[in-house]
Amino acid sequence: MTKKIGKQTVELKSRPAIIGAYASVGKKEGEGPLGKYFDTVYKDEFLHKKTWEEAESELLRQTVFGAAANADVRFADIDYIFAGDLINQCTTSSFAIKDFGIPFFGIFGACSTMAEGLSLASMMIDGGFAKKTVCTTSSHFCGAEKQFRFPLEYGSTRTPTSQWTVTGSGAAVLSENGEGPKITHITTGKIVDLGVSDANNMGAAMAPAAADTVFTHLSDTGREASFYDMIITGDLANTGSTLLCELLKKQNIDISKNHYDCGNMIFDTENQNVKSGGSGCGCCASVFCGYLYKLLLCKKIKNILLIATGALMNPTSSNQGRTIPSIAHAVAIEA
Amino acid sequence: MGSLTKNQYDEMVKKASPNSKIVKDCFFAFLIGGAICAVGQIILDIIKSYGFSKEFSSNFTSMAMIFLGSFLTAFTVYDKIAEYGKAGMLVPITGFANSIVSAAMEFKSEGYILGLGAKMFTVAGPVLVFGAISSVACGIVYYIFKMLF
Repeated sequence: MTKKIGKQTVELKSRPAIIGAYASVGKKEGEGPLGKYFDTVYKDEFLHKKTWEEAESELLRQTVFGAAANADVRFADIDYIFAGDLINQCTTSSFAIKDFGIPFFGIFGACSTMAEGLSLASMMIDGGFAKKTVCTTSSHFCGAEKQFRFPLEYGSTRTPTSQWTVTGSGAAVLSENGEGPKITHITTGKIVDLGVSDANNMGAAMAPAAADTVFTHLSDTGREASFYDMIITGDLANTGSTLLCELLKKQNIDISKNHYDCGNMIFDTENQNVKSGGSGCGCCASVFCGYLYKLLLCKKIKNILLIATGALMNPTSSNQGRTIPSIAHAVAIEA
Repeated sequence: MGSLTKNQYDEMVKKASPNSKIVKDCFFAFLIGGAICAVGQIILDIIKSYGFSKEFSSNFTSMAMIFLGSFLTAFTVYDKIAEYGKAGMLVPITGFANSIVSAAMEFKSEGYILGLGAKMFTVAGPVLVFGAISSVACGIVYYIFKMLF
């Protein structure tokens, strides 16, 4: 018996529950509109470490500790951990969890990593391969700048469409039973590339992938867009969000009323000088684990569709003028 | 999902993407770039007033400006001013100092040889290479010009 419905969606009959979540962010994110919802706000962007890379590992490590404590789960009881980040070869995650002693799947989905992790972690449980899983991801503004753009102190200027990498991390503990929001459907995205090659306009590159996944999810499940209290994209920011709504309108789907974007929510784009909005694995992860998870727990919202989007490029492909292949994974969660 | 060609989407992207505010940016670049040049001029005049030669004074001024650029970079101020000054902060010699010092600071964590030493010129490298090439080209043009007239 297959659990697949439609083209790209699976229904998780066992309804794995998110029994604990934790979000840690940096100072700038803490000063943003969602500041009070994050579990930890680090004022020191180095987290008492010597390098950006070590700092990001520490951020992720502490976040996993927090999530496990929130869920009241011992590491020994966790069957698998899914983790990924933006730094070369996902070393942030590997260094962060190397002493945990938990079987580990390293994943890369650029900024879509949180949804990719939630998908795999919940499917693992629904398939009967695990009782408890953890998925986590992080990004660090300084480390990402160093790897993808210019040295931090270099006086470069940003274009209005560029996005600000979030310093943040989120971790969620999933369980086959227990109290918490339940994951009901997973729609795995396929790569979409409509020819955008501007690395300073990633929202525009990712919007078609997000639109494709939303469209496929709704047609696979037979649901209307209005079924969801919130349809939350990962980090399309201002430019990408506008394009997403336009693309879906062409398919007669109106999400303008219930669409939100983590990149827009985490920062005050008017006053925090982040140009188009936030981005990075940690953006969707911290907004989901810090803010949305709490809304679901309090049952302030009932159904959400979380769509994390990822731009699957690196500085080399970008310098070589290649386009940006993009992806979006959707996870349907009910309170 | 639907059939949208790359060209059609490109049109949509262009419409949705805001452009830089050119007039405002140019104004601030002019103002801050000009201010940097004015500081240089003040230093030059002061040195000259002490009776030093023109050549020594201008060399000293360049050094002073490089020091200022590096100093402001090290204290993480340069990039904050550059947010407003844009090309006005990039073009003067202070910008060149900033590009080298910022890279040195960033890659120090990878060691003094393979990090700081090797990656110090990642941003400034192209300026050096094409600066040298264009000065050779200018030299040749100048040489031919001199020969003919």
